[in-house]
Amino acid sequence: MATPELSAWQRFVETFFRPDLLAEYSDDIALGMVVTCEVAVLVLVCGTALGLLLAYLRALRFRALNFLIVVFVDVMRALPPLVLILLFYFGLPSVGISLSSFVVLWLVLTLVLAAFAEEIFWAGMLSVRDGQWQAARSTGLGFNQTLVWVILPQAVRMTVPPLTNRAIAITKNTALGTVIGVGEILNQATTAQSFTGSATPLMMGAIAYVVLFVPVVMLGRWVETRFAWKRA
Amino acid sequence: MSEPGANGDYILEARGLRKSFGDLEVLKGVDFRVRSGELVFVIGPSGSGKSTLLRCFNRLEEPSAGSVVVHGVDLMARSTDINAMRRRIGMVFQSFNLYPHLRVRSNVTLALRRVLRKPRVEADRIAEAALARVGLADKADAYPSELSGGQQQRVAIARALALEPQLVLFDEPTSALDPELVGSVLTVMRDLRAAGMTMVVVSHEMRFAREAADRVVFMDDGCIVEEGSPEEIFERPRSPRLREFVAEVTR
Repeated sequence: MATPELSAWQRFVETFFRPDLLAEYSDDIALGMVVTCEVAVLVLVCGTALGLLLAYLRALRFRALNFLIVVFVDVMRALPPLVLILLFYFGLPSVGISLSSFVVLWLVLTLVLAAFAEEIFWAGMLSVRDGQWQAARSTGLGFNQTLVWVILPQAVRMTVPPLTNRAIAITKNTALGTVIGVGEILNQATTAQSFTGSATPLMMGAIAYVVLFVPVVMLGRWVETRFAWKRA
Repeated sequence: MSEPGANGDYILEARGLRKSFGDLEVLKGVDFRVRSGELVFVIGPSGSGKSTLLRCFNRLEEPSAGSVVVHGVDLMARSTDINAMRRRIGMVFQSFNLYPHLRVRSNVTLALRRVLRKPRVEADRIAEAALARVGLADKADAYPSELSGGQQQRVAIARALALEPQLVLFDEPTSALDPELVGSVLTVMRDLRAAGMTMVVVSHEMRFAREAADRVVFMDDGCIVEEGSPEEIFERPRSPRLREFVAEVTR
């Protein structure tokens, strides 16, 4: 009576948690986690910084520059990142620019995050009332000083929730690197899977993502409450 | 006090000010002068251009034409450091515009520290003196959202005073306040007047105008229609438009 159930359980374990494969590929998956972390951190830092820079440039309100920024932002938000990754990786060498797969993944995700971050920062800056600009300028603060000390601190608080969501979404997209051979988690897992024919490495990959990203999601929640502040 | 017309006497002198928003001309050539220590009240129906005029005095609003000279410095000149001039011209807004993310003390010290580059200790000392002057020494650690409207407006006045301005512009300072909170702000303004501060006040507080103003300027439709002492304006209005306005507001 209990035998078929036991064998189903065994089959499940055999498929997803084969002990010998767990041992054999744990180093590869760990390496993948390191690579995923590297890309994610670089993308978050560079993408957020570039997004903030673009929002700042947009605040200067030079018409031609604003047009270019809006075009860039809309294109980057419209295209699936995978298309850009393939285009950069397989297309650019033909025009004499060869980038490593790591750099392509980093660059594309940075640009995409920058586009979203720019829109989020810009919306945050617009949501700060004009009176704040007027008050600050009336005391002699310059444009940059007003932006840094008065507008951005208020804008950033409003941008934390959407920015956190976008940051989580974009770091998960590091998995796209697998199609151009970046040795991140999914790439390590699928490589092992094709050698062994077992789904165990894929399960290891999934667990690795959970281990990496659950703390990030929790951190995001904490940051959101930390930055919510009393309003009149 | 020397005779009006002695040029050095005027702390603010605006000539031929015009301002258009698209096709709409809000200021149609306004001449406006303020002597040192004077309290000038600007009254008029809404949409008459009072607030726009006030904002031209520190170039928060860019005049389309005309000149503004403050303390002998031409604000419209290219060579003028407008930020340096603005900190000598305080401004108080209808909606207070305190910085909600900063404590009251930091609201007052921000420009002291970032514009005048004063060290923290000195800036804090100045801020506390300014807050004491408006009766809010005990609120330095509060956030603006924890204060009443009247208290917020007094903090805004302290923020302007901390920079030791030679002129303070008030843009409808009591219009956003509940009636019972107006008094505390007017008291502060009265004290300022007694201390000899030069003030230009756009306001609907006609009783305060009668009692405290040296001169009242009546604007309508982008022009100065009439100006004079409070008695002249309120008791003996000459133009029909002013007569109508006075009847309306004193009803």
